[in-house]
This record gives sequence, structure tokens and C-alpha cells, in this order.
Amino acid sequence: MDSNEATTSESVSKKKGKTKKVKRKVKHDEAPVQEMEQAEGEETEKKSESGPCFPPTFSVSEIKNKQRRHSMFLKLKEEKRKAPPKEVPKTIENQRIYDETTVNPEDEEVAFDEGTDEFSAYFNRLTNPKVLITTSDRPRGRTVRFCEQLATVIPHAHVYYRRGLALKRVIPQCVSRGFTYLMVINEDRKVPNGLVLCHLPDGPTAHFKVSNVRLRKEMKRRGKDPTEHVPEVILNNFTTRLGHSIGRMFAALFPHDPQFVGRQVATFHNQRDFIFFRFHRYIFKNEKKVGIQELGPRFTLKLRSLQKGTFDSKFGEYEWVHKRHEMDSSRRKFHL
Amino acid sequence: MSCLSRDQEVCVMAWGDPHESEVLVGSVNGTVKTFSTDKGIFTATRECGDPSQGRFTGLAVTDSSMITCVESGLLKVWKEGSTETVEINVGNGICRMQQNPSQRHRVATGGKENPLKVWDLERPDKPIFTAKNVAHDWLDMRVPVWVRDIGFIPDSDKIVTCTGHHQVRVYDPSTPQRRPVLEARFGEYPLTALSLPASQGTVVVGNTHGELAILDLRKGLVRGCLKGLAGAVRGLQCHPSLPLVASCGLDRFLRVHSLEDRSLQHKVYLKSRLNCVLLSSRDLESSSADVSGDVEEVKAEEDEVWDTMETVTEKTKKRAAQKDEATVTEVDGKKKRKLVKK
Repeated sequence: MDSNEATTSESVSKKKGKTKKVKRKVKHDEAPVQEMEQAEGEETEKKSESGPCFPPTFSVSEIKNKQRRHSMFLKLKEEKRKAPPKEVPKTIENQRIYDETTVNPEDEEVAFDEGTDEFSAYFNRLTNPKVLITTSDRPRGRTVRFCEQLATVIPHAHVYYRRGLALKRVIPQCVSRGFTYLMVINEDRKVPNGLVLCHLPDGPTAHFKVSNVRLRKEMKRRGKDPTEHVPEVILNNFTTRLGHSIGRMFAALFPHDPQFVGRQVATFHNQRDFIFFRFHRYIFKNEKKVGIQELGPRFTLKLRSLQKGTFDSKFGEYEWVHKRHEMDSSRRKFHL
Repeated sequence: MSCLSRDQEVCVMAWGDPHESEVLVGSVNGTVKTFSTDKGIFTATRECGDPSQGRFTGLAVTDSSMITCVESGLLKVWKEGSTETVEINVGNGICRMQQNPSQRHRVATGGKENPLKVWDLERPDKPIFTAKNVAHDWLDMRVPVWVRDIGFIPDSDKIVTCTGHHQVRVYDPSTPQRRPVLEARFGEYPLTALSLPASQGTVVVGNTHGELAILDLRKGLVRGCLKGLAGAVRGLQCHPSLPLVASCGLDRFLRVHSLEDRSLQHKVYLKSRLNCVLLSSRDLESSSADVSGDVEEVKAEEDEVWDTMETVTEKTKKRAAQKDEATVTEVDGKKKRKLVKK
């Protein structure tokens, strides 16, 4: 509106100025003035805020009146500052193909399913987690240290030497001794590369590929060793139905009530189907600033299969199996 | 939703009558419910056994009676109206009971360490055919028996079974040979479901890894695989006349593949783990852009797929009846919309 008013006043003053100005300049100004008037007539009806329409060959420097030229220049500068917003760059996460199994928080079918599934005993506070950590047979240095560090990170975790026992025989014994989770770290060439996480009474078994394991002494700027306090758990970005199940599996590893005194937090962050595990200690310096120290081991997991029932790779039924050629054909499709 | 519980998990489904207007649904808690497709609600419930004997492994209907079989081997014939039942003990560890579609008084049963047996319900004391185990393998060891699913080949006496040791075997009771006539192997994982398509000479099997394959029954070779499943195949059914197969499994999807070019035709996300699928013999009607088609068309949609009752072995919930069928048209409409998008 202001611009319109300004232009009307300008046009009026220009009309007056016409008589004083030289003919050439009059012609110059006439054209834009007339067009301005027409344009204004249209625009006041149609648009509320657009400025006058100038012909494309017009530039600010052609206005001979210094003050008017200066004000036009300032207006142009103002518009440029309000120029189109910066475009959001496309990332693979932005362009992710919408997964139809994404869980809607209000979905009652899914809520019922989760309320009565294998983890419902944990989430209804009927059981406390107790984890047995073991490895494949004859583990070497890194794996052993990794298991020990995992046992400090997860409360109520016990490390046992494998002794070449068959998992199918280990599982009934664990169940009888009240364990809720069996975690088997598989080792290849002295480096941990696989993780089998089996929820015990009769729960699902997840098989992960482990990569990028960093033990405590390899971490830069790390804090002191974790204490015995129960950490908080953060699960990021588990959106699909499968992601929900896996997220609940991780959540059920830790006891319910975190001890905030310990200021420790374990994070499982899912991005592009890779799950990143980090363990930090945080401290609030004031209300807005937090300092964090990374403690503990860090590793990356990728889900290979989720099997219903306890560990039985030959005869068990799989809920989800990663099939590389079918599922990895698109770079923008993720399953967790 | 509040009336559901995990023991209402659906184990078996069967058509209640030849006109396919009723579906019989057997649950873990031992009840068999009748669902009417016209009215869209459960019309009757019948107590057929208790959970202590195991889950239902087979459900079939003959003239006026219903046949049920449970895992412990108790096969009962329930007559309409009267409470008396004819009972046969078919052995322990039954995985499947299947009825011969052409001779409805014959049923076949099989299970873990329980070989294939064909029973005639009019002479229930002895099976008319018991399969013999194959010869010892190359290590001279007994080959274990685990019959997971059974199919009757139409227009002949032959029976095809798939086992938990990834074998597909064809038996012919009309010949004196009690051993399998043909044996084929597929994959390395237990085969869980089997179905016979309308075209003769092939069989579709699925295993616990989500691999579906079409096998040729003349030579025992794999014709091709159907891709797309990510979880164990629990239910498989071929359309009676068209070259289509519907599969459902633990990955919570219902998929329809075409058998000719082995491509995925449709995929529907159903939020629970699926146990059984039942196809009607109505023709497929291709979904057109106008959703405002007749009610009939909307109903038939792609298949009259009563995959509604999904469930997981131990846990599952059955979709609430009201939700399911009170909104038959809605559900189908949704599916239709989904399919149209695809």
C-alpha cells in the first residue's frame, strides 16, 4: 500500500514535473508513469503488496531525479534482502521413500500388538532385565575387552566364556537362571563383527552386523570410566514397524528407572538403517548449555535378520531377513 | 480392539460352504467361529476342543459336518446339530490336515515324525494310505520326517507334501509304491506352505526365509522364484482359475504375485503378523479409476482375500470383527485405493 501511495504521489509529482522537464525526459518518464498507473490499477485489485511493474529495460539509474532515484534504489535493495528464501538442500534422508509400515502414534492395532507382545512383560514392569554376554568360541583380545566394556555399560550384565557350547543348549539354562537377554558377540579375525541379541523367555532374536568398534582407550577426550548408575536410554528415529520392534528390544536391555544422579546416557541412533551406539556423560552448565563426555565403547550395528522365537537359525521362522539384491536396490529406501 | 486377546489368534481358515458365503475361523483357544461374508459379522461360535491339545492344524467341511484336527493328533468330525463326534487319533505332532477337494470324505494328515497318512472318514479305524519313509541317505542314516503342508493334485490321486527339511515329495496312493514318486529340494530352510495353481504340473512353495518358488512336478526342478517377501511365509493360496498366488507371512504384508511373469501385482500392509489367507474363486476385477463402482466390484476388488485374520503363532490378535467386516467395503475401498496408487 505504501509503495502504491508513494507511486501515486510520484506519478502526481511527475505529472507536475512533466511541464518543467525537457521533452526527452518527459517521454522517458511518461512511458513508465503510464504503465505504472495501469499497473497500479490492476494490482490494487489483484495483489496487495506488489510494487509497480516496470518494463524489463528499465533500470534505477535512468531516473534523473536524485532523491527519487535514491529512494528507488533503497527499495530495490530492500526487496533483494527479502529475496526468495534459501532452498533446502536435498539429502537422502529428505528424499527417503515413504515407508507404508511407518507407525502412527495413535494406531490402536499397533498399540494392542505392542501391549501384548514378547516385550510386554518388561514394559509392564513385571521383569527386570538381566543380560548374559558371551562371544563366539575362543575370542581374541579386542572382543574380550569389548565384552567387558559392554558389561560396564549395561547394568546387570554378566560376561561368560563360551567354551564351545551350543547356543540352543545355553538358552534353556539361561531361562532357568532368570536371564532376560542373551547377547553373543561374534568375532572374525580378532575383531568383533556380529551380534546376536536374543530375548529370552521366547522372544525374538535379532542378528546384527557390528562395525566400527572403538574401545575406551581409543576414544579421544573421553571421560572417566562409567559408574554403576543406571543410564538413561535414547532411541532415535525408529519409525517403521520393524524399527519399533528393534527399538523396544534395545529399550528392554536397560532397567526401567534411570538414575539421573549418574548423568549417563546410552544412545541408539538409527540413520539410514545403521544404528549408532554411543555412551555419554552429560552435565548441565546452565539451563541452556550442556557439556558431554563420551565414555564407553562406541559401535555401529546393522540389522541382518529378525527371527521369531529364540535362537534357531535353521528351523526358526524369520520375521525379517535382509535381502541385499531386493532391498538395497534403491538408495532412498530404508527399512528401520 | 479391547475385546481381543492373544488367545484368539487365528490358526486356520476354511470356506464354510461351496458358495463361499461363510468362512470358518479356528482360533488358539479352541473355538471355531463362522463369519458370514454377506452380513459382515461373526454369526456363530463353536467350542471344538481346548488349547491343551494344541493348535488347530486343519479345518474342513463335508456335507453337513465339520472336521477339525489339532496338533496332538485328535481328528474330530463334528456333525451339525448333534454333539456326538467321530474321533480318530492320527498320531502326535501333526502339522497339517488337508481335505481332498474332489473326494470330500478323504483327509490327509502329516507332521513332525508323523508320515503322510490318508484317512477315509467312513472307515476311521485305519488310514487308507500311509507313506513310507525314503531309503537311508548316503551316510546310511535315517532321513527325518517332518511334513509341513499337504496338497491334493486335482484330477488324480496324487498328493504333494512339503517338509521342514526343504523337500517337496509327491506320493501316489494308487500305485503299490508307498515311497514318494518324486522328490525335489528347494533352498536350505524349512518349507512352510504349499499351494497348487490352476495349471497342472506345478506347485508353489514358501519357506521360513520368505522365498517363494514355483516348482515343476514333472521333473522336480525350480521353475522360478517370486521375490518380495521379507519374512516367513505362513499362508499361501493360488487362485482357482487365474494364474495368481496370494501369500502372507510374518512380515505383515499380503502380496499377490502373478504366476506367469512372476511379478508382484499387489502388496497390502496389514499391521499384524499374518497366519492364513483364503481366496475366493471369484474373478479378479481390475480396479479402475472410479472408486464409485458398484458395491459388488468394490467387494471383489482384486481377490476376495479374507486375509483378515492375521496372527502370529503365539501372539496375535485377530482384527476386531466389527472393524473388519462392518467396513468390508471400506477396507476393500482402501485396498483399492492403495492398489490404484500403485
